[in-house]
Amino acid sequence: MYRKKKTVALLLAGGQGSRLGALTARRAKPAVTYGGKYRIIDFTLSNCTHSGIDTVGVLTQYRPLELNTYIGTGQAWDLDTITGGAYVLPPFARVTGGDWYAGTADAINQNASFVDQFDPDTVLILSGDHIYKMNYKWMIAYHEEKKADATIAVISVPIADASRFGIMNTDTEMRITEFKEKPKHPKSTLASMGVYVFNWKTLRHYMEKDRTLAGSTHDFGKDIIPAMLAGGERMFAYEYGGYWRDVGTIESLWEANMELISQAPPLNLYDDPWRIFARNENDPPQYIDAHAKVTNSIICEGCTIFGTVEHSVLSAGVIVEEDALVRDSIIMSGTYIGRNSRVLKSILDEEVLVGEGALVGADPVDALTGALGGFTAAGAGVPEGYDPNVPITVVEKGARIEKGAVIEAGKEVRA
Amino acid sequence: MIREAFGIIYAAEEVPDLRELVEARAVGALPVGGKYRMIDFGLSNMINSEIRNVGVIASRNYNSLMDHLSSGKPWDLSRKSDGLFLLTPFSLRENPGVYRGKVEALKSCLDYIRRTKQEYCVLTGSTLIFNNTFDEMMRFHIDQHADVTILYQDIPAADHRGDRFAEVYLDIEKDGTVTGIELNPAHSDLFARNMETYIIGKDTLIYMVEESFAKGEYQFCEELLRNNIGRSKIMAFEHKGYVGTMRSVAAYYKINMDLLNAEVRDELFSSKNRIYTKVRDSVPAKYTMTADVSGSLIANGCIIEGKVENSVLFRSVHVGRDTVVKNSIIFPGTDISEDAELENVILDKNVSVRARNRLIGAVDFPVVIRKGSVV
Repeated sequence: MYRKKKTVALLLAGGQGSRLGALTARRAKPAVTYGGKYRIIDFTLSNCTHSGIDTVGVLTQYRPLELNTYIGTGQAWDLDTITGGAYVLPPFARVTGGDWYAGTADAINQNASFVDQFDPDTVLILSGDHIYKMNYKWMIAYHEEKKADATIAVISVPIADASRFGIMNTDTEMRITEFKEKPKHPKSTLASMGVYVFNWKTLRHYMEKDRTLAGSTHDFGKDIIPAMLAGGERMFAYEYGGYWRDVGTIESLWEANMELISQAPPLNLYDDPWRIFARNENDPPQYIDAHAKVTNSIICEGCTIFGTVEHSVLSAGVIVEEDALVRDSIIMSGTYIGRNSRVLKSILDEEVLVGEGALVGADPVDALTGALGGFTAAGAGVPEGYDPNVPITVVEKGARIEKGAVIEAGKEVRA
Repeated sequence: MIREAFGIIYAAEEVPDLRELVEARAVGALPVGGKYRMIDFGLSNMINSEIRNVGVIASRNYNSLMDHLSSGKPWDLSRKSDGLFLLTPFSLRENPGVYRGKVEALKSCLDYIRRTKQEYCVLTGSTLIFNNTFDEMMRFHIDQHADVTILYQDIPAADHRGDRFAEVYLDIEKDGTVTGIELNPAHSDLFARNMETYIIGKDTLIYMVEESFAKGEYQFCEELLRNNIGRSKIMAFEHKGYVGTMRSVAAYYKINMDLLNAEVRDELFSSKNRIYTKVRDSVPAKYTMTADVSGSLIANGCIIEGKVENSVLFRSVHVGRDTVVKNSIIFPGTDISEDAELENVILDKNVSVRARNRLIGAVDFPVVIRKGSVV
């Protein structure tokens, strides 16, 4: 069957995201919860839908179960169309044996026949690791206008942070002259967002060459892009000026969540034409009890709150019992916070049980006395009521915090 | 459990006492409980009973109902065989107009009923809120070799006098046999209120409807069933648990307030039988520094800056700073500006309340503001 598509999107969702520790112990990073009801991958998938791209291959490798289940047919993102769809592409075996995806480029190369069946002019390479809203349609139009072989989306980062990213040097026409992955001495502040448009034929050629190249890591940033530059291909940078966050660490994930609560969030989720789609569970509305106190927070349906919630993000089905306090925290779905307990500046994964009177995220100094340390300036009236120096406590999915237990700030509790 | 049954939801009820709330929508499409529509309860009870073939009879103003039901996917009723069937008005040789009663509506749907592969019909309406499967009722129906089984609710005698909204009571013998049917009984001590929910064999249903319609009868219970007492085996089965009947604006208000009660909420929403609805892609609710919410149900998409007490807020409601919303029900997409005061109010969809406005109703006579109004 011949089904021509102008652009096919390929979403690299196989990374572990090891810096997220307990949160990615059993799931791939794109499946991590963000903003209460979303998964990180929802942003990229919704961007595809809104950009008119209906054929998305999702390449999975690390702990794909939760992600595969979540994506399903792609219906939640309106991707279950007749000619398009969301296709989960795990590594597979062949007659001659099978290989894991050795690198980002290898993952695409192993799925070249998937792409070929759509005979696309361009492929859009994405990663499921970032929070942003972007219309890929304009980037593809720019790619065509520049008659480029490859276009890389870039965002301006502070020079101090530049050595953490892939940095592009361009001429006045935005043509890329040099690409350095995590340079020690960056010459520019244009960082790669991990969003690429390639002419499919050109990319195929370079991937094929790279496949057998000794010493190659089969990575876009490290191998393919430098090879294409060396080959004199027309490569352009496409500058993006909007909100973009890499939530690859506990700190950045926590911060990006807290940004949603702020007075005027830099990321507007109430944007109707660019609604972020997610798989919606069928939960009843949230119930806020007569004695509860909820301020400065984001709460999902299915929650029942009897205690106090301040400056926090709660996913669906969380129960906060009487006299419990949740502050500066991210609580994922189905977690139970027992009576009289306190959860301070913590990330509690799904289905965690916090026993009665427990203290999660205690300042080390006060841990022994159980006093509320490190949060002297916190409380109602202080919008950013947390001590930035107190480290974030993380509790793995399904962990049980015993009755009266004290968990020091910065600890990682495993299930 | 009961794959051998198909369902019919009669969503063509006329409930004039719901006034403005049903002016532009069928009762089944009336929002309730913060995120549901009335018909969700009947549909969920059906699918929780594993009924996979459901016909919905619509009559007037079924636009919003169709919108809500779409392909039936949210209830898992978008199937290759069977699934959801929307039975819109169908004119007959005998009657080209609007249905004069349930018998006539069923007569119009006989084609659908004949085509069903299942042996039994579970017939219910869209004015009831309860959460239960029909499994036990079906077992009872089969064990008793009944022709018709009627679901009823036991009403304490004290509740008899009060609202009178065309209520049908059943006279029941100890073994459950129905010996009499009374409409608005004035002088009796009947306690079994008909819940307009029936199990009836498919062939029996077809026979009874054709016979009854030929005789010029339109009402299902008061005419068709009453005239079959003594001829057919009509049994009654009790539903134990919460029932909300959407008969009037006051009842609408009370049912929503009932959902703020933990026991009612647990029975309806925390049961293993879930109530399914069409879910929108709403952002989670946001509470600002000045938010003060107590004893309320809040749906996603709300932004709350003011005080909300003992109220039900549907999707995407904005409550401005220094505003007080008390004992009220606020439909989706409503914007309440700053420093306003609302008490005992029902605001229909997309209403705007300007700053510093006051709207105060009475508990038994809440103020209803029409869809899209600017106050």
